[in-house]
Amino acid sequence: MKIIYFSWLKETIGKSQENVKPPSNIKNIKSLIEWLSKKSLKHKKIFLKSKNIRVSINQKIVNKNSKIKKNDEIAFFPPFTGG
Amino acid sequence: MIKLQKQKINISKENKKILKKKIGAFVNFIGIARPTNNSKKIKFIEIEHYPGMTEKKIKKIEIYALKKWNLNSCIIIHRYGKIKPGENIVYIGTAAQHRINAFKACEFIIDYLKVKAPFWKTEHLNNKKIFVKSKKRDEKKIKLNY
Repeated sequence: MKIIYFSWLKETIGKSQENVKPPSNIKNIKSLIEWLSKKSLKHKKIFLKSKNIRVSINQKIVNKNSKIKKNDEIAFFPPFTGG
Repeated sequence: MIKLQKQKINISKENKKILKKKIGAFVNFIGIARPTNNSKKIKFIEIEHYPGMTEKKIKKIEIYALKKWNLNSCIIIHRYGKIKPGENIVYIGTAAQHRINAFKACEFIIDYLKVKAPFWKTEHLNNKKIFVKSKKRDEKKIKLNY
């Protein structure tokens, strides 16, 4: 599973992406966030602000109850600021 | 037509592409990088985007606008990377038979780009980097109007 970070999340984590293999009981975004939060203090720090974090699966915006699969591309980012 | 690019947008060249068509009205919006943030001088801004998703989102906006406002043509160009104050960031051109459609479509597209397309801005001041926050009023406007 590929995890991508953008904006301040990327800056805090110190990398733009990582490959992870969550255990089989991690079935949705919410549980993935909980699992990732235990990876490091940096992960914990970004996901403490999870209310302000948006997420996409395979480039489609989803909510935190959305189901995940092992080959998904999951991105975490703050609200968009284009234009 | 949609385009994502690092380099400055050649506005007159893009306008010519639209003005060739047999149209009754043409509306143009150009977003410019501001020189200050709360009176602090901005050295440059940096725009990051999500390759692949960005193109899909902008294409979706273009298709929607062309159909909803019966446009003759539409050009959306958004820059990414480092942008200096005074430089253009975004270009929108909408051409229609009547001005009301061209105006409405252009406003819709910029409102949509603000909150629905995966871009993130960072402002670089002298010794500081600020991650620009989305504005609630922009998100509210999209919810109310579209």
